[in-house]
Amino acid sequence: MNRAMIQAIWLLALCALLAFLGVTRGALPVTAAQLWQLVNGEAARNVQLIVLEWRLPRVAMALLIGAALGISGAIFQSLLRNPLGSPDILGFNTGAYSGVLVALMLFHQTSEIITLAALIGGVLTAALVYLFAWRNGVETFRLIIVGISVRALLMALNGWLIISASLEAALSAGLWSAGSLNGITWAKTPPVIAVLLLALLLTSLLARRMRLMEMGDDTACALGVPVERTRLWLMLLGVVLTAASTALAGPISFVALLAPQIARRLCGGIKGALPLAALCGALLLLAADYAAQHLFLPYQLPVGVITVSLGGLYLIALLVREARRQ
Amino acid sequence: MRQLTAIAASGMLLLLLLALSLMLGAKSIAIHDISLALTTACGSADCIIVREARLPRTLAGLLAGSALGLAGALMQSLTRNPLADPGILGVNAGAGFAVVLGIALFGADSPADWLGFAFGGALLSSLLVALTGALGGGRVNPVRLTLAGVALGAVLEGLTSGLSLLNPDIYDHLRFWHSGSLDIRNFAILRATYPAVIVGGLIALLLARSLNSLSMGGDLATALGTRVARTQLLGLLAIALLSGAATAAVGPIAFVGLMTPHLARWLWGNDHRWMLPGTLLITPCLLLAADILGRVMVPGELRVAVVTALIGAPMLIVLVRRKLGRGQI
Repeated sequence: MNRAMIQAIWLLALCALLAFLGVTRGALPVTAAQLWQLVNGEAARNVQLIVLEWRLPRVAMALLIGAALGISGAIFQSLLRNPLGSPDILGFNTGAYSGVLVALMLFHQTSEIITLAALIGGVLTAALVYLFAWRNGVETFRLIIVGISVRALLMALNGWLIISASLEAALSAGLWSAGSLNGITWAKTPPVIAVLLLALLLTSLLARRMRLMEMGDDTACALGVPVERTRLWLMLLGVVLTAASTALAGPISFVALLAPQIARRLCGGIKGALPLAALCGALLLLAADYAAQHLFLPYQLPVGVITVSLGGLYLIALLVREARRQ
Repeated sequence: MRQLTAIAASGMLLLLLLALSLMLGAKSIAIHDISLALTTACGSADCIIVREARLPRTLAGLLAGSALGLAGALMQSLTRNPLADPGILGVNAGAGFAVVLGIALFGADSPADWLGFAFGGALLSSLLVALTGALGGGRVNPVRLTLAGVALGAVLEGLTSGLSLLNPDIYDHLRFWHSGSLDIRNFAILRATYPAVIVGGLIALLLARSLNSLSMGGDLATALGTRVARTQLLGLLAIALLSGAATAAVGPIAFVGLMTPHLARWLWGNDHRWMLPGTLLITPCLLLAADILGRVMVPGELRVAVVTALIGAPMLIVLVRRKLGRGQI
C-alpha cells in the first residue's frame, strides 16, 4: 500500500458518502432502509422513480463528468508543464459550448448531434488556439493569453447565438451557460457516456508514455516514446473529454484546473496522478453540485457558479505564491 | 502639425458618429427631424424616440467611451503593460460585484448609490490586481498581471451571477445593466456619473507630464523630479473613478480600453500630452461605432459588449503575438 493508494481509497469513500447523500437527500427524503429495499427490488414505485430516474442520473453524471474534467486538466497541465494550461482557461469548453449552441439552433436537438457538435466545437477551438499561438513553436504563456482572448471571443459569440436563437432554445441554453447538471435524464446520456468511456480508456493506455514525457522530450524519445504523435493524441483526448462533458452539462469552469492540482498535493509527486486527478475531479464536482442544490434553498444555483468561485480563488492564491517565490 | 490634424480629424469623426448614433436604428430618422427634436418641445413618435432612447444612448456611449479609454491608457502606462484594460484586469467585474453587494445587503436602488459602490469596487479590485502583480518585486510582469486580473474577474463574475440568481430582486435590477449595453433610456444614471468621469479625466490629463517621465523607468523619473508614488496613487484613483463610473453607467464592457490607447500611440506617438487627449476622442468613436454596428448588423440588437469583444479579442491576439514575439513582454 503506497501513499497514492491510501489517498485513492479515502477519495473513493468520500465519493460514496456524497453519492449516498445526493441520492437520499432532497425535497422528498429517502431513508437508507428504502434504499436497501430498492437494491433488493422491493421498493415502492415512487421511491424507484425518485432515486433511479431523478437523482441517480445526476449523481452518476457528476461523478463521470468530474472524472473526465479532472483527467482532461491533468493531461494539459502535464503537456504544457504549467498549472494554468487548463482547458477551461484556454477556452476549449467555451468552444464546445458554441458547437452545442449552433447545433441547438440549426438542427434537431438529439443528444447524438449535440455531442458531435460539442466535439467539433472543442477540437476546432483547440486547433485555432494552437494555430494563433504558433510562432516558431508554442510558448506556454503566449498560448494561455491567446486562449484567454479566444475564450472572450467565443463568449461574445455565444451571447450572440443565444440572442438570435428562438425563445425556448435561448432560455434553456441561457440557463445552461454557467454549467449546470439540472435536468439530466438517462435519455440524454448514452452518446456522452460512450465517448467519455472510450476517451478515458485510450488515455489510460497512454498514461505511461505521458509520465515519461514529463521527464522531458529528449529523455522520453530516448526511452522509445514517439513524442510528437503521443502529444497530439493526448491533446485530442483532453479536448474530447472536456467537449463531451460540455455537451451534457455546459461549460463547467475550473474543475479541470483544480482537480489535478489537488491530486498532485495529495500524492506528493507524479506517480498515480491520473487516477487521483479523476477521483478528485469526481469528488469536487459532486460536492459542488450538492452544495449548489442544497446550500441556498429555496434557490438552486448552477454548479458552474460554485466551481468558478472556488477555482478563481485558488487561481489567485496560485499566482500570489508564484510571485512570492520569484 | 500632424498631431493637430489627427486631433481635428478624430474630433470630426466623433461628431459624425454622434449624429449617426442619433439617426440609425430600428427606425432611421432624418437629421432635420433630429435637430427639431433636440431644439423644440415636440410630441411626434420620432421626437420621442430621439429624446427618450437615442439621446441617452448616445451620451452614454460618449461618457463610457471616454472613461474606459482613459482608464485603459492610464493602466497601460502605469503598469507598463501593453495588455492592460479595465475589463480584462477584472476592475469592471469588481465594480459590478460591489453594486450587486450594495443592492443585496444595503438595499441600494438609485443610480447615485450604485455609483458609490461601483467606485469602491473598482478601487479595491484595481488595488488587488496591482498588489498581486507587484508582489514579484519592482517590475510587474504583464502576463502575470493579466492572469491575476482574469482570475479575479472570473471569481467576481461567478459570485455576481450567483448572488443575482439567488435574489430575483437583484436580477430584476441588474437585468438591463449587467449585460453591457448602452441602451439605458434614462438620464438619471448619466447625471449621477458624469462628475466622476470629469474629475477622473482631469486627474488623468494633469498626470500626462509625470507619466511621460515615468515611462522612462522609475529611477530616471525620480531623478527628473517626478514623485513616482504620488503619480501612481493618483493614477490608481483616476482609474477607479473612470472605470467605476463607466461600469455604473453601462455595465461591464471589456476590450475598449485595450484597443484605443494602442491606436492613439500609433497616431500621436508616446507623448502622453497628445496621446491622452487623443484617446479621449477616439474611444467614444469606437464605442459608438460598435453600438451602431450592433444595432444595424442583426435584426433585434447585438449588445455593444458583444461587438467590442468580437473586435477586441482578435486585437489582443495580434498584440500578444507581436510583443511576445519581439520579447517585449
